[in-house]
Amino acid sequence: MKRIGLLLATRLAQALFLALGISTLCFFLLRALPGDVAFRIAASRYGLDMVTTAAAEAVRAELNLDLPALRALGHWWVALLRFDLGVSAITGRAVWTELAQQLGHTVQLAVAAVALALAISAPLGVRAGLNPGGRLDTALLAGALLLRAIPPFLLGLLLIIAFALILPLAPAAGHLEQGTLFLPALTLALGLSAPLARIVRDAMAQVSSTPYYAFSRTKGLSEAATFWRHGLRNIAVPVLAYLATQLVFLIEGVVVIETLFAWPGIGHALIHALFGRDVPMIQGVVLVMSLGIVLFNALVDLVCLLLDPRERTV
Amino acid sequence: MIRLGLSLLALLLALAVFGPWLTGVSASAQDLERVLMPPGLGEWLGTDNLGRSVVTRLAYAIRLSTGLALLSVLSAAVPGTALGLLAAWRGGWVERLLVMLADAVLALPGLLLVLILLAFAPGAIWPFYVGLALVLWVEYFRVVRAQARTLLASPQVEAAALMGFGWPYILRCHLLPELLPILLTLMTLGVATAVVALSTAGYIGVGLRPPTAELGLMISEAFPYVFEAPWLIIAPVATLLLLIAGLACIAEALRRAR
Repeated sequence: MKRIGLLLATRLAQALFLALGISTLCFFLLRALPGDVAFRIAASRYGLDMVTTAAAEAVRAELNLDLPALRALGHWWVALLRFDLGVSAITGRAVWTELAQQLGHTVQLAVAAVALALAISAPLGVRAGLNPGGRLDTALLAGALLLRAIPPFLLGLLLIIAFALILPLAPAAGHLEQGTLFLPALTLALGLSAPLARIVRDAMAQVSSTPYYAFSRTKGLSEAATFWRHGLRNIAVPVLAYLATQLVFLIEGVVVIETLFAWPGIGHALIHALFGRDVPMIQGVVLVMSLGIVLFNALVDLVCLLLDPRERTV
Repeated sequence: MIRLGLSLLALLLALAVFGPWLTGVSASAQDLERVLMPPGLGEWLGTDNLGRSVVTRLAYAIRLSTGLALLSVLSAAVPGTALGLLAAWRGGWVERLLVMLADAVLALPGLLLVLILLAFAPGAIWPFYVGLALVLWVEYFRVVRAQARTLLASPQVEAAALMGFGWPYILRCHLLPELLPILLTLMTLGVATAVVALSTAGYIGVGLRPPTAELGLMISEAFPYVFEAPWLIIAPVATLLLLIAGLACIAEALRRAR
């Protein structure tokens, strides 16, 4: 119990530190934008012809641009601690409303990608791990090295050329048609599954060489029963721990891949906010992404603690 | 493996250094009467949609990528190593604070920091340099701290300290030689990370702006002509892949040699 408490306290401190850091950076970004920010935001909200001084003043008051920097920074932090991310400078809707909508699409893409990655890497890794040094093992190593060397945007591009332009099997972009999830999910999954297959393979090779694995077969359990009872649980720990470290890769991938395939998730939103210099939106997306990583890491720590009794006593 | 990696890099760097000198045209020189020329004798790799020489543009793009990558990796490796040594040597609250900082930075994907900084100055190159350096130092810190802790507790370091050698001697003769291989591996991987980040941002349109010759930009500019002039997109894609593959080969060879 004490260990769980310590673990959660560390992650909480980390989350707070990150949130303050990102938010301060975004505050300076808002102040550093060239020109009169209030006028620009008012212009993008009401259209260039409809901007009045009153509208600009309203925006200025809303974003505390009329206060001195230090006091405004205080307001900005207080708003953050109250989970108030403000209003998108471009659409005028609350950042939370925008995020909630886009996050659904991103989670859909991420879950599909991780599921696809596990479906590709687990069977291959287990086969290779049961026979280390075999033909499949060598092929897997080479394939993993090759796949990992290709940057995600290039992989996406190659998949678009192959499966949308040359063989018209799946639509290249968008999210309304049938099958649009396939190419972006496959792009992310291929990048993930290369190292994942290696992890599964190493874990499997290690488990299958232990005395208890050999003994469970000696005592008469079938190959399958031995695997389900002794293999799977032992593989799950490194795989989960690895997936947690790969969340950073996944989130970077989401930004790139969503933009590439016009998938309306938070990564796509971030790039759009960058083009429009929509600071509240940029802050919201970056906060959600990095706090999501901290939260997920905390969850994985807990799950590993539950899965592996050895961890609890350390 | 290391030979393959080094020869790939040497080939690309030779193109970067001698390419413009051999073709004799600048990266932005347009010739609208010779657009989308296929590769041939006059133009080794053909010309793009504005009649610019692909060889020259590739050469400048490689210079840009590798230059930025080396600069940001060095700027990350030196303070990262120094802080790692400091944490391992001092211990206590200095170490705890630095570890916490490193853990927090680790939760911030590198590309995100680069993107926020790019919002300050769209199309500039400094956000890449600052963002990459600010994110990459963590790896050096973590690895150096972990290794230096075991090294500092080792008998040979203890003996050297008892004999009265000062810390510069211990650092030079006991710590750095042991740390060097892993530092080189990390630096090779870091260069690859930086190259990929620059081209990714260029490709999705938030990085450097045209008419800069940059690999990601060249790929996205060539995409509309993928069937009409496939060499136009193959050249930067192949360059990027060979660059990363060369670095990956060197990193793998260094890792195995340890």
